[in-house]
Amino acid sequence: MTKTNLNRRDFLKGAASVAAVSAIPLSTVELAFADPAKNFTFAYISDSHIQHIKGSRFVNNWDRGLIRAVAETNLLQPKPDFVMFGGDLAQLGTKPELDHGAEMLAKLNYKTYYLLGEHDYYLDLGEYWSELFGPHWYSFDHKGVHFVVLNSILTFDEWTFDRWPTAEQRMLEMAGLDNPNGSPFMVGEKQRAWLAKDLSGVAKGTPVVVFSHSPIQKIYKGWNFWTEDAEQVQALLKPFDDVTVIYGHVHQIQYNQIGNISFHAVMATAWPWPYPRAYAQAESHMPKITVPMNRADPFFERDATGWQFINLKTGRVDMEYNLKNNTNRTVAYNPNTGRPEDTRYQAEDDRITPQIHY
Amino acid sequence: MRKAVFVVLLGAGLLASAGVLSHAGQEQSTPLGLPPVPIPENNPQTPEKIALGEKLYNETRFSTTGEVGCFTCHEPEKAFTDSPLKTSEGIDKLTGTRNSPTVINSAYFTTQFWDGRSPDLEDQALHPFINPVEHGLKDHKPILKIVRKDPEYAKAFKDVFGKSGKEITMREVTLAIASFERTVISGDSPFDRYYYGGEEEALTEQQKRGFDLFLNEGRCVSCHVIEQTQALFTDNRFHNIGVGINNIQDDVPQLAAKFLEADLSLSEVDVEVLTDPRTSEIGRFAISHGFDDLGSFKTPTLRNIAVTAPYMHDGSVETLKDVVIHYNNGGVTDVGDPVNDFLSGGIRALDLDEDQIDDLVAFMEALTSPEFEQSAEEADGQ
Repeated sequence: MTKTNLNRRDFLKGAASVAAVSAIPLSTVELAFADPAKNFTFAYISDSHIQHIKGSRFVNNWDRGLIRAVAETNLLQPKPDFVMFGGDLAQLGTKPELDHGAEMLAKLNYKTYYLLGEHDYYLDLGEYWSELFGPHWYSFDHKGVHFVVLNSILTFDEWTFDRWPTAEQRMLEMAGLDNPNGSPFMVGEKQRAWLAKDLSGVAKGTPVVVFSHSPIQKIYKGWNFWTEDAEQVQALLKPFDDVTVIYGHVHQIQYNQIGNISFHAVMATAWPWPYPRAYAQAESHMPKITVPMNRADPFFERDATGWQFINLKTGRVDMEYNLKNNTNRTVAYNPNTGRPEDTRYQAEDDRITPQIHY
Repeated sequence: MRKAVFVVLLGAGLLASAGVLSHAGQEQSTPLGLPPVPIPENNPQTPEKIALGEKLYNETRFSTTGEVGCFTCHEPEKAFTDSPLKTSEGIDKLTGTRNSPTVINSAYFTTQFWDGRSPDLEDQALHPFINPVEHGLKDHKPILKIVRKDPEYAKAFKDVFGKSGKEITMREVTLAIASFERTVISGDSPFDRYYYGGEEEALTEQQKRGFDLFLNEGRCVSCHVIEQTQALFTDNRFHNIGVGINNIQDDVPQLAAKFLEADLSLSEVDVEVLTDPRTSEIGRFAISHGFDDLGSFKTPTLRNIAVTAPYMHDGSVETLKDVVIHYNNGGVTDVGDPVNDFLSGGIRALDLDEDQIDDLVAFMEALTSPEFEQSAEEADGQ
């Protein structure tokens, strides 16, 4: 871990030893950058699952998670350049849920970008979401980095348009886990064609960061930790030197390297998910790509949820997970191994022994 | 349970546990409901050291006015608080921002002060002397001057530490004060006699109902911990329960920035948080800079709580009933008030009715140790 990361983390979370913080004035954070102009940070909030009960009532716990993430992000110093919201703002895609969520996000003091999750989409196919937040896919440039925002939770047209008697049932079927009636996520041909065109004007040395809701890789189909046309999307990204894909949906820390592409998942503000090992009824051949999260402490309602801020250094992502009531984690690209690694817990021996009994 | 904890402590090599020494220094058994007092290896208890500590605790010359001592805000007759003051009064009637926490059983706490800015009793004793609204000294020199020259002190320090003159430092002063404070422990309350002593009659029916609420519907025990063999009524953790911070919600970004931009020394923090009421409300965040700690304060013990009104870190809540109502409302004093963005996850509306609230208060009244009962009677009489 570089000194910069350490300082930044201590500064955000509070160090174990106050003396250590005092010894390193915060101003050194700025000095540590070789070329401050090229480096910047942005914050990432995702998977809030705002859930309407009835009337003006919403599930309190999910509300509090998003409210807290927004309030904390507003306190960040140095200020992030922008905020990305990573999808699943709503639980069942209704207007009350999207409105309520948008109202909470409106308190962010920063330029905010949004992308679609399946929970926002499958009721009205993103129509109301679009009224609030804009196009379903787009790209933008910031300080020499090309950012691409995808709608990666589309699926087969037949499933979306012809199979279900009501929009509500379609929404519920897609929201289920291990649901035989579900359907795998995909970016789809139309959007891939747009992506190819969008990337055609970008120099190969330009760092590219892709934001999606589902992982643009295949992890576990039963929970749609999966994108059916992941390989085709990866192929479009292959010509670039530095590519990072950041995705939500999985509510846990994951990271991986496939060829030139680094993958990072972000935390949910609503609830944590375990890696779905226990749910695999047959041998699943899941890749071992994460340092597992410690078990959530049920005493703390917010444990194993969180949000993150991201340092973009020379085009590579340092993902800093701000975890509630837990030890913060940093996953950064390791140039020696050519892949993202946990800066503190990567080696088996360095990990905190999980609690195995209750 | 206790055995397991004991082994861990010894294994860590940090603490040795000993029997309890009374004020007079005699070995006495641990009161019902409490574990053995943890005694740091580098500060063993001796009767002479405890006596010296008590003398230092009651010394008023260690203040600019010659009127303020440790006991001023932690009076033995008031269960080692300054009840009914809302916030403590130091020199020239200057007031701080926080309600005086009791010394009783502070020997068991893993951090000291409401925001835990001090790791142990030895360190804690350093700070009030040089706080401008407490003892008011500029530095510790006047204290050292007295303890090095005053014949009684000189003899006591020679006897206890084998040191004299310049060899006596604040280290020895605070070791002695901490030793005395480790004798200020109390259990044996009606609750202890009921729960640990098997005296069925020690609690009234209402108090028993309150105990059930404390463990279940009221969810009090989540933070005010009761264990199989002992009850410290604290988890030694920090929580934002919607007190204080609720008054400065719009100022949080500005106040938080003050601590994020400049790393203050602990002494600077001590002055900041005790002299500026708005800054005080930021809680443990001033120490840890962790967002989890915004507006959070240490879970206080509930022992002798009935005799130490008013309540909360700022003394803003007058009665135990009002405390329960605050929790019942989900961390707001009045229903409908805005909930703090940083409220701890465990705090949410409880939906207790009026009778249940009274039952909980009755239970808390059963936590008074016999030696402080008299204060309770006086409080009732007022």
